[in-house]
Amino acid sequence: MGASLANTPWGVLVILLPLAGALVCFLWPRRSVPLGLVTALGVVACVAGLGWQVAEQGVQRYAVGGWGAPLGIDLYADGLSLLMLMMTALVGLGISVYSSGYFDRKTATVFWSLWLFLWAALNALFLSADIFNLYVTLELMGLAAVALVALAGGADALIAAMRYLLVSLLGSLFYLLGVALLYHSVGSVDIAILAQQVEPLPAVWAAVGLMSAGLLLKTALFPLHFWLPPAHASAPAPVSALLSALVVKASFYILLRLWLEIFSPGDAAVGQLLGLLGASAVLWGGIQALRQTRLKLLIAYSTVAQLGYLFLAFPLGTSVAWKGALYLLFSHALAKAAMFMSAGNILRCCGHDRIADLDRVARRLPLTLTAFTLAGISSMGLPPSGGFTGKWMLLDAALYSGQWWWALTLILGGLLAAAYVFKVVGYAFTPAEVTHEVSRVPARMEWTALVLALAAVLLGLFTPWPLALLDIGLPFGGGYAG
Amino acid sequence: MSVADRNRLSLVFRLVLLLLLLVLAGGLAYVVLSLPGQAVGLSERVAASMETSGVSNPVTAVLLNFRGYDTLLEMAVLLVALQGVWSLGSAAVHRRVDPEPVLLFLVGVLVPMMMLMAGYLLWAGAAAPGGAFQAGSVLAAAVILLLLASKYLPVRLSGWPLRVVLVLGLGAFVAVGATLLSANGAFLQYPNGLAGGLILFIEAAATLSIGVTLAALFLGGKPGSQQ
Amino acid sequence: MSHEFLYALLGVGLFTLGLYALIVHAHLLRKILAINVMGSGVFLVLVALGGRTPGAPPDPVPHAMVITGIVVAISATALALALMLWVHAKTGRARLPEERLE
Repeated sequence: MGASLANTPWGVLVILLPLAGALVCFLWPRRSVPLGLVTALGVVACVAGLGWQVAEQGVQRYAVGGWGAPLGIDLYADGLSLLMLMMTALVGLGISVYSSGYFDRKTATVFWSLWLFLWAALNALFLSADIFNLYVTLELMGLAAVALVALAGGADALIAAMRYLLVSLLGSLFYLLGVALLYHSVGSVDIAILAQQVEPLPAVWAAVGLMSAGLLLKTALFPLHFWLPPAHASAPAPVSALLSALVVKASFYILLRLWLEIFSPGDAAVGQLLGLLGASAVLWGGIQALRQTRLKLLIAYSTVAQLGYLFLAFPLGTSVAWKGALYLLFSHALAKAAMFMSAGNILRCCGHDRIADLDRVARRLPLTLTAFTLAGISSMGLPPSGGFTGKWMLLDAALYSGQWWWALTLILGGLLAAAYVFKVVGYAFTPAEVTHEVSRVPARMEWTALVLALAAVLLGLFTPWPLALLDIGLPFGGGYAG
Repeated sequence: MSVADRNRLSLVFRLVLLLLLLVLAGGLAYVVLSLPGQAVGLSERVAASMETSGVSNPVTAVLLNFRGYDTLLEMAVLLVALQGVWSLGSAAVHRRVDPEPVLLFLVGVLVPMMMLMAGYLLWAGAAAPGGAFQAGSVLAAAVILLLLASKYLPVRLSGWPLRVVLVLGLGAFVAVGATLLSANGAFLQYPNGLAGGLILFIEAAATLSIGVTLAALFLGGKPGSQQ
Repeated sequence: MSHEFLYALLGVGLFTLGLYALIVHAHLLRKILAINVMGSGVFLVLVALGGRTPGAPPDPVPHAMVITGIVVAISATALALALMLWVHAKTGRARLPEERLE
């Protein structure tokens, strides 16, 4: 029994199960909610199985169709992919439970199939070792995300979805042109083979530039972030959560993979440029977040800022810096999902999300406000949260390599985050001038927000295990140091 | 600012953009020309593995066997796009009371031929250019012709039966993959001798699905919910 | 320079032309068409460069990639067109409004 469990191709199941679930939800839309929840639990179990398999047996490489690269497509699970899969599983489970209480019956018939397809795309993306396969998963993810944004239905959501779709397609086409150039220079689309055989030809440089440009557009790095706040703010709350927590991280993951495995730049200037853009994102996003009058827009700009932190690892380049950025990525996913869920609860309760009119929400939705505050603590980088651990590692790397200006950015970013978090919390305790009608908020919506926020904080307490996970497969390689 | 200022500003913007893009195009052109004159690709590997692939057309072999996983995901993309379109709203049905006689005549002549063509393309895809996507496109064109002639499906068929047909392609692929996974532990690894048959089965299901999905996308909304 | 490179250069030209049109034109239909032109450019580059096999049949892998790409492009275009129609229905104009910072 143990032997067969150890040999089960969990990686394939992690992709197949949500696909099958999505198909079944499409065939029986009335039963979407229970089917979707069961599938979500199944996916979490499969990810746990894969995690156990990787921890016991090391890196897993699976040749789909039995052909193996370069002819076929390989699935590759190392510590980094596993971290992303676990993040997706945790947040995905939370979003599934939250959505079961959020959507009305009519929207629920459409939501679940799209959400499960998106989850399948994310899992397929994190496990893929083939740059063309990554393109297909990116497109599946992008179309599902756009369709989910448009579920909100109003003019704002439709316009934001249209802009998001155009941006997504533009990014994908840049990426695909890069894939074309790489294939025709090296002769394969498999990442491992590319890593071995790539040479500094002009075509490869062009491919690097094109693919990075496309992926940076999809990751909304300043100044290519213009599409993100409207899309994330006008979507329904659980969709905002999954967009900010998961979808933007997927393109960052691809960029990271390509950067670490294939592009290994000898050129420090590019790293500094990315770091500079990241720092600008942190500061610009933070300032814009402070200026917002609507809660969901504030949280969306906070996403722009937090994504900037991730790019500070590029100029630093040490193993500690990468791990810090990934830690930030994970805790941000949990915290941002909790924040958007809290905003959704407030929206459901009070009928609006204007920050100045948050009429004693603290008293009406205590769990929600606790969730928001805990998530805010992780965003600010206060101990003992996951955000603190990530920032600490980045600070450490910055000071160690003498690039103190990134440390300054980290501190300033934390201060800005504190400002906008406390702005919201402050208004949540004060009565507004005009009292609004309150609606009931289902318990599961409040509890999922709280659980995810708690997880973000706990991530700071249980650090050794995720960090050890990242060492499996050593994508960061001991040799790559700035 | 006045309209004239705005236009002038946008003219400057356009010129700068044009310049930047010309530089980009020049750079890409240089890069393309710098590639060797002989392709560095997978032709030989594909040719070497053709006997066990189950088909004799190399493109079909790559699409349905070597890189079948990509095809599986791309069928999911089609279905997701359709769901997105459906979630936006209902299809507007324009039933013409008296469709044009020329159109009706052409439909009567063309549609059966197109269906035959689709079947041929599906079958021929194993040895010559053709296959599920090509056949599906022709099938979709036939259905669209029918829609243009105001021949719609009866409402009772546009609920669950329609969904079954839409799911058929991806479902067949996932089912084959899952069955092979549980039997041999190998996802999408066709057993010896069965490869050709399985590929034809998947392609047939996919042809139906792709044809109906593309035609449903043409409709532009969820059918059957209003009349 | 063999003729495949000519087609590949044409693909690069289409890509850049589409990019210019995407940025400059405000009407959504033009933007969607621009994306399609860009896509066709990329596919042309993929397929043309795969034909650099003198005396032998062309490389089938780029052909399969382009078939996949075309299907993805159709799906995306269909969704984009439906969204455009609904944006037009809700706002009266088929354009993206200028960004309003609240």
